[in-house]
Amino acid sequence: MSDNNTYFNPADLKKFGNITEFQETMGKKFFDWYGEVFKEGALTQREKALIALAVAHTVQCPYCIDAYSSTCLEKGADEEMMMEAVHVAAAIKGGATLVNSVQMMNHVKKLSM
Amino acid sequence: MAIKQRSKSLKSRSHNLSDTMIQLKVLNGKEVVDARFPNFKEKTTENGGGVLKPKPIEIFQVNIGKLCNQSCAHCHVDAGPDRKEEQMSREHLERCLEIIKAVDSIHSVDITGGAPEMNEHFRWFVEECTKLGKKVMDRCNLTIIMANPKYSDLPAFFAKHKVHVISSLPYFNRSKTDRQRGDGVFEDSIKALKLLNEVGYGKPDTGLILDLVYNPEGAYLPDAQSNLETLFKRELKRKYEIDFNNLYTITNMPISRFLDWLLETGNYEAYMQKLVDAYNPETLQGLMCRNTISVSWDGYLYDCDFNQMLDLKVAVPTSRHINDFDIDALTDRDIVLNQHCYGCTAGAGSSCGGEIE
Repeated sequence: MSDNNTYFNPADLKKFGNITEFQETMGKKFFDWYGEVFKEGALTQREKALIALAVAHTVQCPYCIDAYSSTCLEKGADEEMMMEAVHVAAAIKGGATLVNSVQMMNHVKKLSM
Repeated sequence: MAIKQRSKSLKSRSHNLSDTMIQLKVLNGKEVVDARFPNFKEKTTENGGGVLKPKPIEIFQVNIGKLCNQSCAHCHVDAGPDRKEEQMSREHLERCLEIIKAVDSIHSVDITGGAPEMNEHFRWFVEECTKLGKKVMDRCNLTIIMANPKYSDLPAFFAKHKVHVISSLPYFNRSKTDRQRGDGVFEDSIKALKLLNEVGYGKPDTGLILDLVYNPEGAYLPDAQSNLETLFKRELKRKYEIDFNNLYTITNMPISRFLDWLLETGNYEAYMQKLVDAYNPETLQGLMCRNTISVSWDGYLYDCDFNQMLDLKVAVPTSRHINDFDIDALTDRDIVLNQHCYGCTAGAGSSCGGEIE
């Protein structure tokens, strides 16, 4: 048992690999795939880390935010790049909310004289 | 532009970490924090490394003084403008030249500091080394070129003697660079790099080599050298029209001012754990302590620059000083290891020449 009183314990991130304890086959496939995803490819590892950081904010995963903040720094990103990535995520999330207002407007206009 | 220092030397602050014994106690879990990590010597034995023995000395690295016009937050030398006393004398430099001349395997002289150019004998020493046909490397902080008119001809001097210039530039923007090295450092570094480019450094077919050194601006490890080199080359060219040859990535060593910073910010344990977790036995063969001898401003001998800063002299009681230099005894020595050695064996490895190939 953790002696940390909060639900999120940063030290638990190191135990992520232990999820194979309860389901080995699926867990192993996940980690193999995960490793492949983050290899250098058409996108650089730095670009992938910045995408991961942005997504981590939208899914609001504190483990991922810690992990990919470190990874972004290690891969040579600076604070400006990292904050821009988070703004991209926030813009899409904000935009996704606002674009649905078209549906609201459509409905209001249909119901109104 | 005058540099505004962001930190002062541990010595000038009478900080307890200016005592190297205290640093070693911290690293070995006996002081300040309870953190204990696997013993590095035992780790090398587990991995078949055992006792580390040197290869023939190829690089004669000499720290000719701790005086520096900068006072960087991470400096493992604890150098700064206040370190005026610790300067290598002409007599010691002459003795170094005798050794450099006598030992055939030494092909390069790596001059470091502080800002080595601030030693009054620097130019003479470079000239004498080149007369001996040795390759000379100068660990230049760049801003010294802009610091005072008496240093403004350094690019021409370097070019005349084909000095291999190795310069720290932690990042290609102002904020990250100045946070580590002092306000105004980035601007002066860019100006100095342009001057070096103007005399041919970093340009094709000139034979004038300008390498940059990247070290992380905090408690994290550097990425692969080739990735960062590509990024630095692209950005320095795009933003400033600057060219250079190679980028060396160096891991921050948990000693001296960086150790102080780690402890002050609560990053020490996690950083040490990161180094331990990234331990890579493949790096043992290429560690710089295998082919380098490090000499302090007062003439003592060390396996590497980091051991020098922890005052861990070579384990050869009869040959610990340049005045007692015994190449046979030194060749047979065991390299002195301690917990900070995790810094050189993490990931792809780290040395004064960057990543270990």
